[in-house]
Amino acid sequence: MTEQSVAEKVLSADQCRRIDHWLAKFPDDEQGRASAIIAALHILQDDNGGALQRQHVEAVAAYIGMPRSSAFEVATFYSMFHLDEPVGRHKVNFCTNLSCCLNGADELVAYAEQKLGVRQGETTADGRITLVREEECLAACTGAPMMIVDGHYHTHLPRERIDEILDGLS
Amino acid sequence: MSANEETVTIEVDGSAVEARKGEMLIQATDRAGIHIPRFCYHKHLPVVANCRMCLVEIEKAPKPMPACATPVAEGMKVATTSEHALKAQRGVMEFLLINHPLDCPICDQGGECELQDVAMGFGRGISRFTEGKRVVADEDLGPLVGTQMTRCIHCTRCVRFLDTVAGQKELGGMFRGEHMEIATYVEEGINSELSGNVIDLCPVGALTNKPFAFRARPWELLSFPAVSPHDGVGSNLSLHTLRGQIMRVVPRENQAINETWIADRDRYGVEGLKAEDRLQYPMVKREGQWHEVPWETALNRAAEGLKGVVERHGAAELGGLLAPSATLEELYLSARLLRGLGSGNVDHRLREGDTSDQAHAPLVPWLGQSIAELEEASAVLLVGSYARHEQPLINHRLRKAALAGTPIMALNPRRFEWNLPLAVEEAVAADQWVQRLGGVAQAVAEQTGGRLPDSLAAVAGPIDGTAREIARRLTEERTAAVLIGNMATSHPQAATLRALAGFIAEQSGGRLGVLPEAANTVGGWLAGAVPHREEGGHPAAAAGKAAHEMVAQGLKGYFLLNVEPERDLWNPQAARTALGEAEQVVALTVFADDTLREVADVLLPMGAFGESAGTFVNAEGRWQSFRGVGEPPADARPGWRVLRALGTVLALDGFAYNDIAEIYGELAGRCQERCPEPLSYPQEVLGGTAIAGDGLSLAGNVPIYAGDPLVRRSEPLQRTLIAGRLEVRLAPATVERLGLAGGTERVRVRGAAGSVELPWVADAAVPPETAWIPAGLAGRAALGGPFGKVAVEAL
Repeated sequence: MTEQSVAEKVLSADQCRRIDHWLAKFPDDEQGRASAIIAALHILQDDNGGALQRQHVEAVAAYIGMPRSSAFEVATFYSMFHLDEPVGRHKVNFCTNLSCCLNGADELVAYAEQKLGVRQGETTADGRITLVREEECLAACTGAPMMIVDGHYHTHLPRERIDEILDGLS
Repeated sequence: MSANEETVTIEVDGSAVEARKGEMLIQATDRAGIHIPRFCYHKHLPVVANCRMCLVEIEKAPKPMPACATPVAEGMKVATTSEHALKAQRGVMEFLLINHPLDCPICDQGGECELQDVAMGFGRGISRFTEGKRVVADEDLGPLVGTQMTRCIHCTRCVRFLDTVAGQKELGGMFRGEHMEIATYVEEGINSELSGNVIDLCPVGALTNKPFAFRARPWELLSFPAVSPHDGVGSNLSLHTLRGQIMRVVPRENQAINETWIADRDRYGVEGLKAEDRLQYPMVKREGQWHEVPWETALNRAAEGLKGVVERHGAAELGGLLAPSATLEELYLSARLLRGLGSGNVDHRLREGDTSDQAHAPLVPWLGQSIAELEEASAVLLVGSYARHEQPLINHRLRKAALAGTPIMALNPRRFEWNLPLAVEEAVAADQWVQRLGGVAQAVAEQTGGRLPDSLAAVAGPIDGTAREIARRLTEERTAAVLIGNMATSHPQAATLRALAGFIAEQSGGRLGVLPEAANTVGGWLAGAVPHREEGGHPAAAAGKAAHEMVAQGLKGYFLLNVEPERDLWNPQAARTALGEAEQVVALTVFADDTLREVADVLLPMGAFGESAGTFVNAEGRWQSFRGVGEPPADARPGWRVLRALGTVLALDGFAYNDIAEIYGELAGRCQERCPEPLSYPQEVLGGTAIAGDGLSLAGNVPIYAGDPLVRRSEPLQRTLIAGRLEVRLAPATVERLGLAGGTERVRVRGAAGSVELPWVADAAVPPETAWIPAGLAGRAALGGPFGKVAVEAL
């Protein structure tokens, strides 16, 4: 299959339009176009239930015009992309980096794991919540300890807030 | 201060070293012969400085600096062996070995491993690391490159090579940090025609030569210089032998030719040496049965056979078909042998069908420039060449030029999967090719105010937008290159294509060049292996028949030098018939397949590549000699020795050579006044046959691993995805018109002389109304030559 037809098969017109929006922000050369890869992968991931399949990455690579292997380098490098791994309806990331760790993040993770009955990197049996694998710093040290739920930052977390937030997820 | 504005003087370990402004420290120290350990740095790859092995101490810098990524500066003082530097290097070495298995005794790289060597020189005696090491699952990268990814130290040379040199980035650094793996992720292997180079680049035993695995240890091997027999580049190789057996091939650096790279067929061609149908003993056919006989019997029988044809039917009924991959000495002696018997029917242009311009052809059809000069061309027009598969390392030069901004243009009978950006790629049906190239010639004439000679103007088509575009780019500067490829050379109007290409090159002030198909296509012209000229280009007393004429007209006797009738000849169908009906066929050959056994009467086994000394003349006219280093099997002998003996048995004059150097000396002496000159062909239509008739236009090139008998027998190469399948490729519009979609997977392809059943594939790269079928493959013979007209019918 040619590269163009891979992109055409997988990407909708609307997805192409949204990727074009990001492409327009960078120079129109090989490196510039490649800069849009992260935004493009997010678009595909958001549209596909929070996870990426191989064909999505291939389609994005073909559409942007970058080597397929380079697109997979990006998709496998960042922990925010879930390539070839099932995810639940909600994603919960705990930061365990230095500031959060000093403020008791490890106990919060242990609590969440015990409460949900899964380890980090796993999804609850009902498909409700994925406890995302251990993260690097999530850039909210001033609010440590913290977690991200479906892209929203929750800072200065006491244990009770965790109950409240996790129980509120359908 | 340095005296020269372009250089700076630095001090390395107390001695002054001249360095070019802006270059990296390691380049200056390498040139000065000062060794700095490294893994990720390679002079032909982009610098990434990720292995950190080349750390050195630089005065006034608080931390050690990587020599590969530190530009030189006037007065810089560098210490490569100070305590500070050595400590840094030892620290890096310890980190690199943390996850590297200590399994050198069972590692194929053991003994030629950069990690092993550097660890011995710069590491500690013992490991302080007692924790568990990580393990990485191996990936199957295809039949050529073996993997042991646990050994990988992430230098990324392989990734950078495939990206920047091979232009097909199939490997990447997947995952991150502790989990990083060099992989394809999609597990479809690496499929570049240059993939084997990652083996040489890999500083550890992670990527290894798969077919060679566990065959020998490097310290047991002897290394001999050699030259690749598979294309006109003449890549420099080292042959490694174990007790007289050729075990493997690695590149030998020659910046003017192959830099540090070789193509996969240069490396893995030798896997065909031990094929089952390798001819071991001289054989003669008696009453339809083959018998192994002593050399003397076979030579007498061969001599009687050849002489008998001459006596009964006249010398004009004897012809020699000589492989263009044979050595200069073999070609020269074969041509002399036939001429000695009175026959001028000698040719090595086996895949050509139009030689009507031969009388006015240049001394040799060469590249018209050096291989390195291709990079300097202002624009390149390829006429009938998929250079990537025809001459991978010439294509590499074109790719470098293209990336530097040179417009590369192609006028081919279909589009191909290039690894370089083409400024113009026009797919032209083979029966329209002359007209379309004529249109380009007219456009060039329009730009330059020149005039296309009448007979060419009569066949030229109108000027279209593409022609104007090509003409504009070619005439922008006066240093363009117009290169004639294998497909144009094998076209039934090849001479007219050459004439037009010559006009285009001349008018645009550029150089005309031919991409010679085989290792000695150029050499054959010098050795007198053409019917109208003897060695050194001296005119023959009477011109004999060209290869395609010998086949088409049918002779009573043939002498074959390493030729496989159904694979190597322009019209395999006619060749099969002509050889089958001949009274005598004497074949001096490396292999003997069923067809050859059927048509031949005497089979004489010869040494293959690596087993026989000889000389190849490459595309740029460079003579490169090599020794025979492997032992031919059983009774096989180097071709030049057999020819010498045959010449002696035939009582021909001047075959009493003592050694091959005498043959070389004699031939070189007769060629010496004549060096390659700028190419020119007569600018008129002299002959050739236009492709006419009803049906689809048949076209095909010889796939990358089908060019010569040796490479065809390399099983690992044949298993690659690019080896080329026998199938018919049709434009989607043609598929629709023929109503094939939804029907059977196979179609009947009917040519003038026969038909074959083939699978079909829709391919938008093929122009409408063209049936693209690769040439040179078994099972295609019934369709005749590579071009023509065929009917395609649903089954």
